[in-house]
Amino acid sequence: MKARFMKNKRLYIGAVISAVMVLFAVTGMFFTPYDPNAMDTSAKLAGISLKHLMGCDNFGRDILSRVLSGLGTTMLVALGTVFIGIFFGTLIGAFTGYYGGVADEILMRFNDAVLAFPSLLLALVFISVMGSGKLNVTIALGILFIPSYARIMRGEFLRCKNLDYVRSARLMGASDIRIMFVHILPNTLQVMLSTIAIGFNNAVLAEASMSYLGIGVQPPDSSLGRMLSEAQSYLFIRPGYAICTGTAIALLILGFAMLSEGLEKNA
Amino acid sequence: MKYIGRKALIMLVTVLIVTMLVFLAFRVIPGDPVLNMLGTSATPEKVEQLREQMGLNRPLPVRYFEWLRDFFFGDMGKSYTYGIPVRSMLADKVPITITLTLMAFVFVVAISIPLGIFTAKHEDKWYSKAIDVLNQITMSIPSFFVGMLITYLFGLILKWFRPGGFVNYKSSLVGFILYLIYPAIAIALPKAAMTVKLLKSSVLKEGKLDYVRTAYSRGNSTDEVLYKHVFKNALIPVITFLGMTLADMVAGSIIVEQVFSIPGLGRLLITSISTRDYPVAQSIIAIIACLVIFINFLVDVLYKTVDPRIR
Repeated sequence: MKARFMKNKRLYIGAVISAVMVLFAVTGMFFTPYDPNAMDTSAKLAGISLKHLMGCDNFGRDILSRVLSGLGTTMLVALGTVFIGIFFGTLIGAFTGYYGGVADEILMRFNDAVLAFPSLLLALVFISVMGSGKLNVTIALGILFIPSYARIMRGEFLRCKNLDYVRSARLMGASDIRIMFVHILPNTLQVMLSTIAIGFNNAVLAEASMSYLGIGVQPPDSSLGRMLSEAQSYLFIRPGYAICTGTAIALLILGFAMLSEGLEKNA
Repeated sequence: MKYIGRKALIMLVTVLIVTMLVFLAFRVIPGDPVLNMLGTSATPEKVEQLREQMGLNRPLPVRYFEWLRDFFFGDMGKSYTYGIPVRSMLADKVPITITLTLMAFVFVVAISIPLGIFTAKHEDKWYSKAIDVLNQITMSIPSFFVGMLITYLFGLILKWFRPGGFVNYKSSLVGFILYLIYPAIAIALPKAAMTVKLLKSSVLKEGKLDYVRTAYSRGNSTDEVLYKHVFKNALIPVITFLGMTLADMVAGSIIVEQVFSIPGLGRLLITSISTRDYPVAQSIIAIIACLVIFINFLVDVLYKTVDPRIR
């Protein structure tokens, strides 16, 4: 197991990057060098120094502290999204995949229509209807990602439902519900994990994009996307502001992308 | 022909479903548009009068079909904020967004197809592996951050273009295209990286199949096998992906327009969402939705041409 893990370079590097980023985010929830919202007028747009490792923004707020807490926000939104998506996606996928029939047909056609659509556009519809903010973004993205999870989980249940171990469970008189969630579900774990990692990335990207556009996470919650849009005005005098913030997003996405691919390869 | 007809029918049904969803979404918004327009000092009679005038008192299905009819004839209502017809607000913005998306798409194809084949051909070489790593990183950078890096490098340091100095196509077509090159690259780079990766793995996968061995055994050279046999088959999954990418880029241009201050559909959409100018937001979303559906239809048709096995 360990040798296999080390051999799968993608998985290994991806796991390391993701772990470091998660660690940063978790740290940022409890401890940041400065209060991310505290303004120090004497340090407006301060450059990189030992006191402020990434410098300060236009309000004199410590950028490192804001990146750390922004990572936390982004990750919470993404986790919430993934949780909503995978929970309902698995439920729908399990029933449609296991039972099939007309309901399956209708739901999958509906799924296809939704999936053919850029998710950002759908998210914008949601946000224009429900309003912005951390919670609304999470709910909107979560609902939007249900179809893609449902499709994948449906495929898994479809694949497993006639395998020998399921048949023998059926012969032993296990109920459908028990077969679905006690017997089949654990066997879909590999696929589920790699799907979660991709979904996590999509959520991070969508949240950052929406916050960049000013219709995602709202202040006082710090968000990497919003910081990037603020950093843009100071691109010429303080390129480090944008680069630090953008790199944090890119690393987060890179880590989980490699993790997901590694998991897929391992499956 | 039958295939195209069926796909066209599916396209129409999808347009119906999607526009209906967009229409409904904008009906469940809390708040009364009439009250918004008249303010708090409105008398009940006046409210009732305006409601009647705007047709808000009729049943939803009737209103939907009227809206749909008007939408396709180009009558999209009036902006709440500016009081002018939405159509005139959108007319000169649609070409901007479409040009930007198409340019980005051309870049994606122009970068990814040669590079994908190249990396697949020289799979084991160090430079191929270096490109792979670079690819993986490029893929992870959101397009709006790529846009900012491009602005910094080419706009502020090298001064090849003036950030924010968008030139309208009405005043200078050349200046317009030249300015759009940079945002188009910003949209294209991450997508191109994904396409390279997909094309590479697709070529490598095809390369292991029996027909390739047969082609070799008949005395074909590597290039002959690659371009005459493998390439065409390897392209099939890539076309699906490119179709999805094109649809995605229409939405992606919304963000990048913001980065480069391009007054296209995206910018207007964001403004209209923030100011709750629903007729404008609704029309833009419906337009983009129809564009996306149409692109999907084109991809289906193209798919059939490349792979006649598909029915």
